[in-house]
Amino acid sequence: MKTATKIILAIVAIAVIAGGIIAYVYLGTQGSTTEAVTLNGAGATFPQPFLSATITTYTTQIKTNLKINYPGGGSGQGIQSFTNKQVDFACSDAPLTASQREAAPNALHIPETIGAITVAYNLPGISTGLKLTGPIVADIFLGTTKNWNDPAITILNPNLDLPDHAISVVHRSDGSGTTNWFTKYLSLVSTEWDNNVGSGTSVQWPGGIGASGNSNVAATVTTTEYSIGYIELAYALQNAVPVAALQNPKGNFVLPSLESTTAAAESLPTSGLPSGSASWESVNILNAPGDQAYPIVTPTYILLYQDLSVINGMDMNKATELLQYIWYVIHDGQQLANALEYSTLPSNLVQINEATLNSITFNGQPVPTH
Amino acid sequence: MDKKLTRDSIFQILTAVIAVSAVIILIANTIVLVTGSEIAVGRFGFGFLTGTNWNPVVGRESFGVLPYVLGTLLTSGIALLIGVPLSLGIAIFLVEMAPKAVKVPLSYLVELLAAVPSVILGLWGLFVLRFWILNYIEIPLNSYLGWIPIFSGTPFGLDFFTAGIILAIMIIPTVASVSKEVISAVPDSIREGAYGIGATKWEVIRHWVLNYGRSGIFGAVILGLGRAVGETMAVTMVIGNAVGPAAMPVTFFQAGQTLPSLIANGFLEAPNPLEKSAYVGAGLVLLLISVLINVVAHVMVTRVLKVKGGALE
Repeated sequence: MKTATKIILAIVAIAVIAGGIIAYVYLGTQGSTTEAVTLNGAGATFPQPFLSATITTYTTQIKTNLKINYPGGGSGQGIQSFTNKQVDFACSDAPLTASQREAAPNALHIPETIGAITVAYNLPGISTGLKLTGPIVADIFLGTTKNWNDPAITILNPNLDLPDHAISVVHRSDGSGTTNWFTKYLSLVSTEWDNNVGSGTSVQWPGGIGASGNSNVAATVTTTEYSIGYIELAYALQNAVPVAALQNPKGNFVLPSLESTTAAAESLPTSGLPSGSASWESVNILNAPGDQAYPIVTPTYILLYQDLSVINGMDMNKATELLQYIWYVIHDGQQLANALEYSTLPSNLVQINEATLNSITFNGQPVPTH
Repeated sequence: MDKKLTRDSIFQILTAVIAVSAVIILIANTIVLVTGSEIAVGRFGFGFLTGTNWNPVVGRESFGVLPYVLGTLLTSGIALLIGVPLSLGIAIFLVEMAPKAVKVPLSYLVELLAAVPSVILGLWGLFVLRFWILNYIEIPLNSYLGWIPIFSGTPFGLDFFTAGIILAIMIIPTVASVSKEVISAVPDSIREGAYGIGATKWEVIRHWVLNYGRSGIFGAVILGLGRAVGETMAVTMVIGNAVGPAAMPVTFFQAGQTLPSLIANGFLEAPNPLEKSAYVGAGLVLLLISVLINVVAHVMVTRVLKVKGGALE
């Protein structure tokens, strides 16, 4: 009896193993008939909701055999991985600086979408209606305006019952393009900020709590009463966190929205923008002149190398898949932007991007883009 | 005979190689940290240790690690202050008082606490513990004892205090299980003798058992301190990640940073050589602190042994 059981067990075990091997070989050959390609990106969390939407749509409806990873990580990490050639593409809200362009020769900028940076707040009992000006936001982040019922804030908000409570400031702890544009805006509207802190992907914050990535700043603001922080608009909407209306140069208090972002994007010059291979450092639509333009709006960039052969593991097939995906992002993918409150690219930017993408090569050979 | 000798010598060589490689790894680490931090330490000199700025803005670069050294010491101090008495209580209960049926499962569970990954503790700290500490400890302490400098400020739960408590939880399994072994190793003859002269249970534990095992318990505390100083993930999630002068510890209820959390937050994406080198320098300072703790611990343990002399051996 015992021996019989052993034999039966052995047969069952062999059958299971053999079945597994057969299934593996069968599925393996099935899979290899069309080669799966994986593209890896990293960087800015600012455009991540938009990029994730394009990735989902593109890989489920258009290229089902393609896999695209975009885990975010922050613009700082994106630029770092791009410079070290660890990723196929990177995203950064901050255009490369002169020294970064030197470290990553032949880098190309591809503006992919335009978004707004909101000033989000958590005030128990106040879910809407806070108005702020740029200089006051700067004073709050400097720590010189400490209390919610500071006269500078109450005078702008006579309808709100602002509490006598200290303001908790929340900022990014990682290198961030969102930080870059937010601090550039604060430097623009407050000389005190410009002199004491300045601007960049990370700065020495005068105070407050640090959290990494747009989503963690949003989470920290929503869980910390009496706090204020800056996050990209899509994150504010996803987390249902209230955002302040900011005063624009025309004197109007404007809430961040698709309309006010688009109004700001319209101030991008229709001609004279740099080409993809030039520096984009001078392109800036902060404090845009439109009546209803939101003041902290910025384009965000995909970074690619002019010749893709510099990246390890790249081949012509993969390069083609990469460029076709990015071609999709700047064309059909733009339809996904508005639902997430990003502004679609103006046509002159799309034309510049087309020229940039068409100039990309692999080992000197042109790569088909569409 | 010959064959046995060669086998033995192979074994000897193997163990020697393994032992030496541990030393080589430490030396290689130190060399990398020293050469990697050359740019920053060379530029700021002694000011790198005493400076409070951490300013990466182009043209205003200035790096100093003082706030993070103090932050590391403060959070580890809070962890020891809370964690050590709890661990000793656990160890004493398990050895001296617990009935057998409780003893085995309970000591197993305490050791299991060491298996909880630090990121899990960090998440729990961020989403659950933070609010308990904020509502039931920080806000009451702040409103009634806010005139004491260490309890002043505006509590929001992501601060030195929460980080210290998370660290206390993390060192408990280490300190408790090592102390438990130390206390179990106290010979029964000591206890019997003490009871024999009429000591109560409390007196036996207080004057004989703990006294007898104190160098071992001190070693357990140092092991816990080592863990607290180097812990990264859980601390980064709850300490609030302030930078520069804002991270200088003034109160318990303030966002700050430890050396490991500073490195975890910024090293990967440091955009230029000077900033990167400053982060490596922070790593070097952390290594020095760990070495210092171990040297002090070693000296103190041997001194305790010497003073107590034969009584301990």
